[in-house]
Amino acid sequence: MLPVDWCLRSRAKRIAIWMGWLALVALFVWCWQIMTETTIWAFVWDAPRQAQDVGGRMLPPEWGYLPELMQPLWDTLNIATLGTIGGVIMAVPVALLAARNTTPSATFLRPIALFIIVASRSINSLIWALLLVTIIGPGLLAGIIAIALRSIGFIGKLFYEAIEETDPKQIEAIQATGAGPAQVLTYGVVPQVMPALWGISVFRWDINIRESAILGLVGAGGIGLKLNASMAILAWDQVAVILLLILATVVVSEWVSAVIRRTII
Amino acid sequence: MLELSSVSKTYRTGDAALSDVSLQVPKGQIVGLIGPSGAGKSTLIRCINRLVEPTAGDIVLGGKSLVSLGGRDLRRQRRRIGMIFQEYALVERLTVMENVLSGRLGYVPFWRSFLRRYEGADIQRAYQLLDRVGLLAHANKRADALSGGQRQRVGIARALAQDPDLLLVDEPTASLDPKTSRQIMRLLTEICAERNLPAIVNIHDVPLARQFMQRIVGLRAGTVVFDDAPSALTEDALTEIYGAEDWDAMRKGDDEQAEAESDALRQLAEVGA
Repeated sequence: MLPVDWCLRSRAKRIAIWMGWLALVALFVWCWQIMTETTIWAFVWDAPRQAQDVGGRMLPPEWGYLPELMQPLWDTLNIATLGTIGGVIMAVPVALLAARNTTPSATFLRPIALFIIVASRSINSLIWALLLVTIIGPGLLAGIIAIALRSIGFIGKLFYEAIEETDPKQIEAIQATGAGPAQVLTYGVVPQVMPALWGISVFRWDINIRESAILGLVGAGGIGLKLNASMAILAWDQVAVILLLILATVVVSEWVSAVIRRTII
Repeated sequence: MLELSSVSKTYRTGDAALSDVSLQVPKGQIVGLIGPSGAGKSTLIRCINRLVEPTAGDIVLGGKSLVSLGGRDLRRQRRRIGMIFQEYALVERLTVMENVLSGRLGYVPFWRSFLRRYEGADIQRAYQLLDRVGLLAHANKRADALSGGQRQRVGIARALAQDPDLLLVDEPTASLDPKTSRQIMRLLTEICAERNLPAIVNIHDVPLARQFMQRIVGLRAGTVVFDDAPSALTEDALTEIYGAEDWDAMRKGDDEQAEAESDALRQLAEVGA
């Protein structure tokens, strides 16, 4: 006689899972207590009124401010675009060193390349900009380099994964013709990864437009500079115009990047 | 003339894919290599152009030993050996013409290949070959826009662009329908006859091998167990090669395939391509 009852998990496992959930809830309650210990509740209860106040000062937006924003907006677009191009140029060799199937030395160069990728990714572009403004002074250049440095990790990581996913048969076939290493790379690997490189770069450009909009907060040029200035003088109607302009730019850039990626892939 | 003497290959896992294979292929002869999956057919032809590194023995092509070469010398010998693959192994995103011209990579300097500025003689030759395989009208199409039979013809043109002294052909018809398979085999044998080219053809399909090969070599578990004219391939000989029903060999075949691939990948990493 075969058994008629069957359970996915054993009794011990079920209890363990239940205890796990219980622990999670307890942790949440405990954290909530610590979190609210220093909260000044008067401010929190006040929040809707404050929001209403700021919102009221933002309306109506000061549309006359718009022409003055065109130059900083252009700067922002340039920071994003030049930064992305610089990032791609630096990321491609790093990705080639990091991909298991193209690295010249898996024991020595690959870890270095992976470290560059991690280091670049772990630092936010705002922090890069903060450092660079200190080093090379405020302005567009600091913004461009900050965006480029942050992009290396993102593009490098996605691109080296694309290189590792290439079809080894096509590469083997090129090798079998007697091609040298550089030829194997340009005929066997490059055609397979070009669509990925374009897709990744356009995606990063789209992200960089958003990131470069705030770099001005630390003095690295662009529309963030204006945002900072307007906030400092509490000109909320100007802030509203800037935020709407950034929103419009992001929407347009997202649309552009979607169109480009669709035509490539 | 190709001469293999006592070629052996043992993979890192300790599996002996080939043991003591000796074989001579004179100019113009087409040899069919048959045997169950895992018999070492794929390993054997890859040992010849060193996509797989043989562990022992010697391989001599036209008086030149291939086993101890490295770097530039190896590439110089590889360009004399055309290879045709089971799943065509064309660079899918390149045009038909670029794929055919890639057969010249062993001959041209890097900048020429990179800029696609091939010499007139190479270009004319590529057109001649495309005409020969009946694909002249498709020269500027992307390889992935072609059908299976057409892609395999591009693969043949690429191998011939190398101006080879030997053709290695790995399961040329395994991905094709029966009619196209026959067309491809006919084309291959015609081309070898035209150029007096020797060829080693791995082939699963015994009737196809009987029909098109001049000589058949049967491989079983890495050793040659049959080497004669197709007419001598009797039922008994087939049982000798394939065994009655050898399911273990099929499982071993999967292992061998995986090992050959990982071996090739490791080599790729070593040359730093």
